[in-house]
Amino acid sequence: MPQIDWNTYACEGLYDELLASAGKPRPAAQAVCDYLSSLDVSEVRDLKAAAEVAIQVMGITFTVYSDGDMIDRAWPFDIVPRIIPSHEWAHVEAGLKQRVKALNLFIDDLYNEQRIIKDGVFPAELLEQSVNFREQCVGIRPPGGIWAHICGSDLVRDKDGTIYVLEDNLRIPSGVSYMLENRNVSKRVMPELFQTGRILPVDDYPAQLYDMLAAMSPRKISEPNIVVLTPGIYNSAYYEHAFLAQQMGVDLVEGSDLIVGSDDCVYMRTIDGLVHVDVIYRRVDDLFIDPEAFNPESTLGVPGVMRAWRKGTVALCNAPGAGVADDKVVYAYVPEIIRYYLDADPILPNVPSYLCMREEDRKHVLANLDKLVVKPANESGGYGMLIGPHSTPEEQAKFAELIKANPRNYMAQPTLSLSVTPTLTDDAVEPRHVDLRPFILSSGNDTYVTTGGLTRVALVKGSLVVNSSQGGGSKDTWIVDTGGQGQTQGQGS
Amino acid sequence: MLSRVAENLYWMARYLERAEDTARLVRVSRHLMLDFPGTATLGWSSLISISGADEIFDEYYTERDAASVLTFLCADRRYSGSVLGALAAARENLRTTREVMPREVWEEVNRLFLECSDIFSGTIDLRRLDDFLRVVIRGCQALTGMLDGSLSDTPARTFCAVGGYLERADMITRILDVRSANLLPRTPDDLTPFENLQWMSVLKSLSAYQMYRQHVRLRVRGPDVVRFILLNPQFPRALNRCLNNLNRKLSTLPRSGLACQRVTELLGMLATEDAARLADAPDRLHAFVDELQLGFNRVHEAIQATWFAGIDSPAPVVAD
Repeated sequence: MPQIDWNTYACEGLYDELLASAGKPRPAAQAVCDYLSSLDVSEVRDLKAAAEVAIQVMGITFTVYSDGDMIDRAWPFDIVPRIIPSHEWAHVEAGLKQRVKALNLFIDDLYNEQRIIKDGVFPAELLEQSVNFREQCVGIRPPGGIWAHICGSDLVRDKDGTIYVLEDNLRIPSGVSYMLENRNVSKRVMPELFQTGRILPVDDYPAQLYDMLAAMSPRKISEPNIVVLTPGIYNSAYYEHAFLAQQMGVDLVEGSDLIVGSDDCVYMRTIDGLVHVDVIYRRVDDLFIDPEAFNPESTLGVPGVMRAWRKGTVALCNAPGAGVADDKVVYAYVPEIIRYYLDADPILPNVPSYLCMREEDRKHVLANLDKLVVKPANESGGYGMLIGPHSTPEEQAKFAELIKANPRNYMAQPTLSLSVTPTLTDDAVEPRHVDLRPFILSSGNDTYVTTGGLTRVALVKGSLVVNSSQGGGSKDTWIVDTGGQGQTQGQGS
Repeated sequence: MLSRVAENLYWMARYLERAEDTARLVRVSRHLMLDFPGTATLGWSSLISISGADEIFDEYYTERDAASVLTFLCADRRYSGSVLGALAAARENLRTTREVMPREVWEEVNRLFLECSDIFSGTIDLRRLDDFLRVVIRGCQALTGMLDGSLSDTPARTFCAVGGYLERADMITRILDVRSANLLPRTPDDLTPFENLQWMSVLKSLSAYQMYRQHVRLRVRGPDVVRFILLNPQFPRALNRCLNNLNRKLSTLPRSGLACQRVTELLGMLATEDAARLADAPDRLHAFVDELQLGFNRVHEAIQATWFAGIDSPAPVVAD
């Protein structure tokens, strides 16, 4: 007896990524839907079990803290892929490239001439209050003017089918290793679906990343020394740090492995002695990267690395200070930023945003706390948010106080009805909300966008929280080649 | 290879070897006690001294009875030389260097630690002691095989081997020291039956009994045993062979002069000592073992200074 019957799939009133309506798969998802509905109950169970075994055997984990203990949890994965037709993806890709290009011009401008402020497009007081603006970076111009070499932008789709950019992560975006591992798991458990050859591959990322990093080397040599700098095994993304180092064949280092010499060059301590380091892909936060320049208490960083960077003897990726542009209040200005630097309209829209520092916006937010999502400017991982429709009057009152006390620190957005995609539950397949995090690599003249990205899914029915630290799961993301037919399948249909 | 990674691998190998050898030491002592009549006065205490752990033992225990000593040596994680403590330390060292090791090595170390802590945790049940020791020794041997069979001939492998050989050399001499210590009451007459029992136990704890019999056809005698354990060039747990292997491994590393020289000094001590005579002179044996152990420390210091040394390394060598 088949387990999955798309005719009874309850996606009414929602935008579903795979089905136009109950019983009607979208063209790009037809093959997957047919395949899944052809399986009987035990075959679906086997498929789920096979995925779990694959994840265990491959050792894909993420780290959570619980009662002071560090626990490696198996990565939560749903086997039903999220599917995007390639012609729609081409549009998203163009939008992301445009966005990241503008953001890099913006950061470079802020640390140098500040034309955008002088021209009255971006308010000076916003910059003064930004916690991610680094004085130590003023006057620096990294090669190519690139600050955010790696960007992870979160995309969501509203119920009318429009894809919005929800936020940009320009500091140390994580998740790309899971994007790659999810694909490996899918290929292991559902190889037959890949034989059609219409699912575009994702595994080029580590090579692209390596090439980008190598191109950043101040010494123009054929094999520059590249390292991945991790805060260590207690970091929640340690798995990813080790994975990327391994995939690129470079050393995974901790702060204590590096030393800055009197020549202002960075060296790593090896059994052969000190070896010159050219490029550091750092997964340590700005404030901890150099106790000489930032937090003097930091033991995760490398004393003097900022000195070396300023002198240009080592490349840092992402550049310190890049986070100034991923502040959620700055976010609201990104459409203006794109128009200002590129003289073009944004290809991908922002979610409408209310900035609590603006009096009118603040009034609107305080009057509508039960309907809006309120976010602090500088938190990530979904912490410190108020999701209006799911909140209690007490929580709303608490946020009202927080906002009044520090309006600069809060912004609000309408609660989007995030799109859903079919997800296996214990005995059925049900719609669950998803977002998407593609990764964008910028290296001067070239920009690379991952084919798809990491789809995160809120495994709890009705929930909008997709963060893995808070009970979210993930899916493989398939960009399916639709043969350039340009069916108007994507937006709105 | 990063110095930190090399250091972690070196210590991982040392702790694995220590877990195995401590298990061997406990196993043989226990068997010896069982064979020995009127056990009430036997010196469990000397096992603590052999392990060089008097201070830490006295901090946590008041009596040196069988239960306390066995608990301390097998299951007390506060002591990093206990079997469980060493396995935990090996696991922590490997945790940060997983990316340079074959995945199955990590899985096996992890599995071994979890299995052993399942059997004993904090306290021990004497009826399960043999079971526990067997699991440990077998698990460590499986790991030795795994490293040998799956790790390429790179510095990673070299540092594992170096750590393993040095720790083994240290533990061989400690086990030999059982003879000099007051594990059994000393007898004026060298030919008591217990004398031979005791030498046999030394051989057995090193899995050397059969190899010894093949090599030395006569009945087990102290002088032959000491000579075999110290000087045999073929047996893997003979000190001479162990140090030669260590030297060979070290010499493949860059700037290995100092460390190799220190090992050569140890080999020199072995060559000039009249090994056979030591068997009949427990105090002399004990003093010689002490000298050797100081030598092992000097080898460790040379390794530390040459390859792992930290920030204050005075004259860094710049290689490109």
